[in-house]
Amino acid sequence: MSSNLTLSREDIVRLGERVEGAQTRAYAIPKLTDEYPDMTIADGYAVQSELRRRFIAKGHKLVGWKAGLTSKAKMQQMGVSVPSIGFLTDRMARPENSAISTSDLVHPRVECEVAFVMKKTLQGPGCTAADVLAATDYVLPAVEIIDSRFSGFKFDLASVIADNGSSARFVGGGRARYVEDLDLRTLGVVMEKNGEIVTMGASAAVLGHPAEAIAMLVNILAELGENLPAGSFVMSGGITEAIPVKPGDSIVARFQELGSVSMRFIE
Amino acid sequence: MDNNKIEQYGDELYEAFVARRAVPPLLSREPEITIEDAYRIQQRFVARRLEAGETVVGKKIGATSKPVQDFLGVYQPDFGILTSGMVYQEGDTIDLGELIQPKAEAELAFVLKHDLKGPGITAMDVIRATDYVLPCFEIVDSRITDWQIKIQDTVADNASCGVYVLGKTKGDPRKLDLSLAGMVLEKNGELFSTGVGAAVQGSPANAVAWLANTLGELGIPFKAGEVILSGSQSALVPVVDGDELVCTVGGLGSCRVKFSGRSAA
Repeated sequence: MSSNLTLSREDIVRLGERVEGAQTRAYAIPKLTDEYPDMTIADGYAVQSELRRRFIAKGHKLVGWKAGLTSKAKMQQMGVSVPSIGFLTDRMARPENSAISTSDLVHPRVECEVAFVMKKTLQGPGCTAADVLAATDYVLPAVEIIDSRFSGFKFDLASVIADNGSSARFVGGGRARYVEDLDLRTLGVVMEKNGEIVTMGASAAVLGHPAEAIAMLVNILAELGENLPAGSFVMSGGITEAIPVKPGDSIVARFQELGSVSMRFIE
Repeated sequence: MDNNKIEQYGDELYEAFVARRAVPPLLSREPEITIEDAYRIQQRFVARRLEAGETVVGKKIGATSKPVQDFLGVYQPDFGILTSGMVYQEGDTIDLGELIQPKAEAELAFVLKHDLKGPGITAMDVIRATDYVLPCFEIVDSRITDWQIKIQDTVADNASCGVYVLGKTKGDPRKLDLSLAGMVLEKNGELFSTGVGAAVQGSPANAVAWLANTLGELGIPFKAGEVILSGSQSALVPVVDGDELVCTVGGLGSCRVKFSGRSAA
């Protein structure tokens, strides 16, 4: 990690508990750096690891990871050169074409992503996009429902990492494909909300190639003392901008070569 | 608008094109110009180019995306006439000295194998009549000062046609998802923007169908062999001496273009 821990163990536990409360009971809190202005990226990951420990202790199952801040625009906005990562549990998964409740979310937004399912364990540092492709069982289209627990979606990097990269829910679906049958760099994506196109892009928007984002994720995991186990579900980062959703909204994400993923939102 | 004025403005735009010198917006001088008037001015402008020895090689469709339509305040596309003097081959370097204030757009081009005669043309007819599609760059240019255009200005100015270059990879539209094919645009080796076919009227084939129907109403021929630039799938890219652009259409291929020299404005 390019930055050092400044928080005490006691602070980390306290902040982990605070974020868990905000995530579980769906309320907005001030960004953590209001109280700890010197919080670093390493501190953010320490709080995120504490959050993960707390969820797993309650019986949640770790199913994978996600990369965030993967577009050039978002990285420039946050002043960073690497993406951030967050963990995914079974409790965040929602089936394709389901009704997703927003009553346990603060201010949800949806993004289109290419997701990878791994057949081999990957261990950083030094993981490359080629390593990722060789270790991938299949790819599939996904929609991530992000939900910052910070008031007004206003945050800094350390706070958003502590909040598990705004992870909230995810929906995988569409059509599973082998990576060798696709050009993962040029897949077109269209998101429709209530039948109208609201955002579009192509997969190169994610660090030039989605596998680059997964490689960086594996290298960040190594810094946290973790690997990416076989069987993991990994989301590579938003191709499109995040679109706010509310009860009554219906979302369809259409991907070139990968089919579509749909869902609707209810109270 | 009377014929004298139509001719006067068509001639003025032609002379601005020849001299590489922009003129003030027509609408600022003639607030009553209709879109129909603007197409008549365009016909005069193009007729002058044909008199000077060029031939018609195709059509371009403009104002196909929602952001551009919002900017121009219109809710339909427009079109212009492609002439032989606008054609560059892939691998050529585009001389910016021939242009006034160029910007590049990445698009999908269609080449027809059958005539398309509207009205009544649908996207399905377009796919049937298409010989092949190609990735391409259109270098738009405006003869209107600082691109201060409203819809009437750009239509009169031949839909802001500059020059264009077609890629070499020919694709069969039956083997390509025209709506969902991704568009990746790189400038000098770095990612510049991404897009997708659906940015153009939901699918580029819808834009071509619109064109066939509009030309049918106006009695303008739309013939086998013509090239159609179907509308921008990227952000507008400003270009200067030494720039190199590559666009790649997912499932199809790439088009590469280089620029040299200095544009007039």
